[in-house]
Amino acid sequence: MSLAEDLAKQQRSISVAEFFERNKHLLGFDSPTRGIITTIKEAVDNALDACEEAMELPDIFLSVSRQDREIYRIVIEDNGPGIIPDQIPFIFGKLLYGSRFHQIRQSRGQQGIGISAAVLYAQLTAGVPTIIVSRTGPEHPAHEFAIQINIDTNEPEVLSRREIEWDRTHGTRIQIEFKSTLAAKKRLIEYLRYTSVVNPHARIRLEIDGEVSMFDRVSDEVIACPRAIKPHPHGIEVGQIRRMLQAAPGTLESFLIGSFSKIGKKTAEEICRIAKLSCTADAPSLSANEQKRLIEAMQMVKVPPPPITQCLSPIGEDLIIRGLEKEFQMDFVKARTRPGSVFSGHPFIIEAAIGYGGKLPADGNAQILRFANRVPLMYQQGACAITSAISAMNWKNYAVAQAGLPTGPLLILVHVASTSVPFTSESKDAIASIPEIEREITLGLQDLARDLKVFLSRRDRNRLQEDRARAVCAILPELAEKVAEIVELPTPDISSIEGRIMHKLIVRKTVSEGMVRIEIKNYTSGQASLSLYTITRDSENNADPPPDFLTKMDEDFTRVWQVVVDPGKVWTTTYSGSAHGTVEIRGIDPRNVVMVDRDE
Amino acid sequence: MSKEDLDIQATGRLIGIARKWYDQMLEGQIPSIALPTRTKQNIEYDDTSEVWKYGDRESIRSAGTAKSALHLLKMAYVIWFLRKQIGENRSSTLRELYYISEGWKKAKFQAQDESNFLIEDLEILTDMQREAFHLRPEEDGATIFGPLKLREMTRRGEKDIHCQDDVGEAGYQIPTNVETVELLEHDAKFVIAIETGGMYARLIENGFDGDHQAILIHLKGQPARSTRRFLNRINTQFNLPVVVFTDGDPWSYRIYASVAYGAIKSAHISELLATPKARFIGVQPSDIRDYHLPSDHLNDKDIGALRSELTDPRFASDYWKEQIELQLKLNLKSEQQAFAAKGLDFVTKEYLPARLSDMGII
Repeated sequence: MSLAEDLAKQQRSISVAEFFERNKHLLGFDSPTRGIITTIKEAVDNALDACEEAMELPDIFLSVSRQDREIYRIVIEDNGPGIIPDQIPFIFGKLLYGSRFHQIRQSRGQQGIGISAAVLYAQLTAGVPTIIVSRTGPEHPAHEFAIQINIDTNEPEVLSRREIEWDRTHGTRIQIEFKSTLAAKKRLIEYLRYTSVVNPHARIRLEIDGEVSMFDRVSDEVIACPRAIKPHPHGIEVGQIRRMLQAAPGTLESFLIGSFSKIGKKTAEEICRIAKLSCTADAPSLSANEQKRLIEAMQMVKVPPPPITQCLSPIGEDLIIRGLEKEFQMDFVKARTRPGSVFSGHPFIIEAAIGYGGKLPADGNAQILRFANRVPLMYQQGACAITSAISAMNWKNYAVAQAGLPTGPLLILVHVASTSVPFTSESKDAIASIPEIEREITLGLQDLARDLKVFLSRRDRNRLQEDRARAVCAILPELAEKVAEIVELPTPDISSIEGRIMHKLIVRKTVSEGMVRIEIKNYTSGQASLSLYTITRDSENNADPPPDFLTKMDEDFTRVWQVVVDPGKVWTTTYSGSAHGTVEIRGIDPRNVVMVDRDE
Repeated sequence: MSKEDLDIQATGRLIGIARKWYDQMLEGQIPSIALPTRTKQNIEYDDTSEVWKYGDRESIRSAGTAKSALHLLKMAYVIWFLRKQIGENRSSTLRELYYISEGWKKAKFQAQDESNFLIEDLEILTDMQREAFHLRPEEDGATIFGPLKLREMTRRGEKDIHCQDDVGEAGYQIPTNVETVELLEHDAKFVIAIETGGMYARLIENGFDGDHQAILIHLKGQPARSTRRFLNRINTQFNLPVVVFTDGDPWSYRIYASVAYGAIKSAHISELLATPKARFIGVQPSDIRDYHLPSDHLNDKDIGALRSELTDPRFASDYWKEQIELQLKLNLKSEQQAFAAKGLDFVTKEYLPARLSDMGII
């Protein structure tokens, strides 16, 4: 037997499943630590996508519990539209099976390998099948499947299938067990937190061995599901057009007009002319050479950019801000949604946000939150186009310190929404360096950084003012004492003067001739809205203005006034009574209130 | 006014300032004071009193800023101290006040200027002079010699003094607080204020006071407040003409101006300190020319000073314009004592009588 024949015997096709078994890193299962995050990430992506398609507000439940020394059980439950029973084995038990791969619109999952890869990983490490429960509506029963993947054929193996009772009316539950560790617990929570920031319409509950983390929704708006568009002539590739041509019986002209966005009769004719092809040529029977000429011609004609708004769903400035404010305490936060743009025929939109101060860590690099199609990117920050765009900016121009990355109590969020996010690898961790995308990121961030600079200079000014006020307040008590010594009278109470200088709200109670007077002076810069509580034994109800609420307990009367005082204004109420009792202010930061009760 | 009354008034007015702050604080207001703005732009010539005074521009010092709060605190400390000092019948110099503040922590003065300014603020606020607060100036009071009888309230009681008969060759020394001196009577036709001690001694030695019934006052350079106040009082009380005899250079003309019109620093009490009727007797630039007096050339600073006097409203008269321009043309200056070149008696026998009769005084 010749060597060639010998070799030929060994050559055989490789199953996709087998390929991925050997190349786990391509899918994000390269380490036990990453396994949990990747699985949850894929399942959450699918759940959010499914809810979006069903116009449902997502309610996602996650649980991670340790079964054995190294085996963890992960449960992901959603309230999506559910999956019809016949589809379940394919979605979970076959790699590269999905509904969105061929569609041109923004979606989280795409290739259809994510969750089935987790199933594969589970059966390889724990040897346990994955349990799927799904229900498509109240009128249908829930089905439970136990599924594995046949590694040789990449076909699903259904180990059991039965109808069960389930309390959800629709949705899907995945229970998966594999070898892992919880070393990356912090990162997992971080991932869900970031997910929640860019999906403010979702509610996510996580239980790790009984320990609950809740990420609540701040918006009840169901986000509009982006609609699929036809491919744009710019950026089309040979393989794709070949497939499209074969599936399109008819003339070349009708193929061009019917299969692409933004191509009309005039553009189609121009393409044919440049490609030196007849408009009436039979589309499926074009030769390889003709196909090549066609693609070249398609790149040369002028075509308007693809319709961006319908196929992309940006989060929106308001929701980004609300999402961030829900998870981070900051003094400043602003967001920008850039106008749509295109790279290689793929529409994309950049959204960016900058947060500053508050409880963000004051030292070290800025916290960078990267997102692609509403999915947080957790790994390979250094390899990402978002990071390089941030580093390339001169942050010192905006009063922000910089050492490669900007430093200080700064948070930077960048969201790339596209029909085809250009990732550097299949594990979808980093965005490839595309000049059009980097440019848009820079423009968005520069715009925000300008606002930040204004905020910072204003804050510095306020801080200076406060320092000055503090300096004054350090002197006043001594002045009061000395002056009292000169005039030989008791030292006056200067707390209200201090309040005035420190720009606070001053509440002052005075009693004279059986009349109690409560005065609220607003020296702050904003409108003050608060509740004034008095608990006294004054039984006469002649307060002017009268309290909004009055209740009696034993001998004590509790009176409540709802008070709104504009800056620089005074609110007063008087009533007959005596000096005893308590006065309290609620609904306003106590640090901004100075209480002067002369009789205390 | 008796010394006791003066003390009571000073104490009352000082406490009044503190009382105002106290009331402001009771009402929840930030303590403040209003003071005239003390800049050249806010100095105005008052036609009725013929002196330079502060204008209407006021600046409010409110404890709302740290700087002003500290100023008020220092003022409170000073008031507290002065009140004690007046009560104990003690006195101190401005320099001593500056050192006393060492123990006042935050209210400690950073420089002598600061305490001087603050005292001037108090003078404005109380409408009284610092001498009333028992604050003594640093410099010696000027001396006076001539046919004048006065009564001084001293620690050892009232003393009647005749400024020729009861004093030594150097004359009577004006006390720091002129308000303790009562002018009784005189036998004089005019007052001559003299810049240098040499010329003052020359006039006494030559018997000028006796020959011409003149009261001689030694200014000792730029005159102290007490000297100016004394001149003002003699001038207003006895209606005696005052002439000023200085060197013939631009700096000496300014001595005359401060006697006649007052200074920016003390514009709040110009009415008390300035003697608008005082006239300049010499040395005039024209004297340098007419008497061929020994002289020096003007230096650059002299020329600059003369030029700035040409634009100074206090020298805005035809007389001064002519004299200053002449001096610039001559490029010369002479001292008072240059008259000695013509003999020791020349100044008292020739020059001064001639000038005084020119001016219509004798």
